[in-house]
Amino acid sequence: MATKVRIPASLRTLTGGKDEVTAAGDTVGALIEDLEKNHPGIKDRLVDEKGVRRFVNLYVGEEDVRFLDGLGTPLKAGDEISIVPAIAGG
Amino acid sequence: MKSRARRIESVLDAVGNTPMVRIPVPSAPDVTVYAKLESANPGGSVKDRAARRMILDALADGRLGRGRTLIDSTSGNTGVAYSMFGAALGIPVELVMPENVSRARKDIAKAFGTKIIFSDPLEGSDGAIRDVRLIVDANKDKYFYPDQYANPSNPQAHYEGTAVEILRDVGDVLTHFVAGVGTSGTMMGTARRLHEHTRKITCVAVQPDSSMHGLEGLKHMESSLVPQIYDPKVPDETMFIRTEDGWDMADALALRGLHVGHSSGANIFAAMKVAERLASEGKPGCIVCIVADRGDRYFAPMKWDKSYVW
Repeated sequence: MATKVRIPASLRTLTGGKDEVTAAGDTVGALIEDLEKNHPGIKDRLVDEKGVRRFVNLYVGEEDVRFLDGLGTPLKAGDEISIVPAIAGG
Repeated sequence: MKSRARRIESVLDAVGNTPMVRIPVPSAPDVTVYAKLESANPGGSVKDRAARRMILDALADGRLGRGRTLIDSTSGNTGVAYSMFGAALGIPVELVMPENVSRARKDIAKAFGTKIIFSDPLEGSDGAIRDVRLIVDANKDKYFYPDQYANPSNPQAHYEGTAVEILRDVGDVLTHFVAGVGTSGTMMGTARRLHEHTRKITCVAVQPDSSMHGLEGLKHMESSLVPQIYDPKVPDETMFIRTEDGWDMADALALRGLHVGHSSGANIFAAMKVAERLASEGKPGCIVCIVADRGDRYFAPMKWDKSYVW
């Protein structure tokens, strides 16, 4: 199942400048593993040994995965993932 | 800039002359570290200095006034400052900010009567910059666009204010100055003045270690639209700090009575590293770092936060 992932400007060096990519996985964690295969380095930016890094916000639709099941959050057809960064500068 | 007097005519006169508080570093007993509490400014952040100066300079030369609306892109603290001074001076203010700016800062700006225009959170603060340029280009006569990233009044406020206060308050023992870079106004203005001092003062810039970071207010320059006022040759050194180190430091300091924002946690973390480095070389030192704002500005959740009951 291919899920659409919206990539923030701060990670687009890892996606060849693309603001949207697709990845496969039936959970958020599996999807991140798949993202890492095609865009090496992205996993470390998003997760650490404890799960989603504290300052990274991952949304399935409009729901923050912190308030769902974290990396275990299941994905279904038509879901869209957004990676929302912190605010930089001024 | 007026002194911190008990009676003042305007909130604009309450900016500056902020106190410095000692941060003990037990592992570096011969190094003193002070945090300059820019959070003590009337708008609660270091951005009061730049905003005040940009507004006053524009009023003085006619770029602002005659009903013109001030508009800029901001991640929040500059917006709070523009809003406060705009309200005090009768200047309408509009701000473009990424939609994921903390709720507290949106609400503070709105309380002063400011109109907020949201930009795409995925595009970050650079997206807000691009949006404000489009708006201004379409309505040139309506707006005064200070452009905090390019406005020389921004570093000038620190050249004439922050740096002078630091030299006055710590005396001729200062060895290091540490500040994070966002617009870079604080570092550019303060460091230029400190470098004019007769004795060498080392100025250390703090940046996030990665483009994807959680040190709100700071810029990872390599991956960002680089502010026009930023000159990489001005700081003597740049330290790249992990988000977690800044956050953990902010949490630890709160338990010692100093509640600072995340970027200030990173600044103090960097200052402590400098102190430890001096100690390992057997050198004494005096370090001043900047506390840009208080931690409570980050309490409010993101719009999607479901754990928070309003």
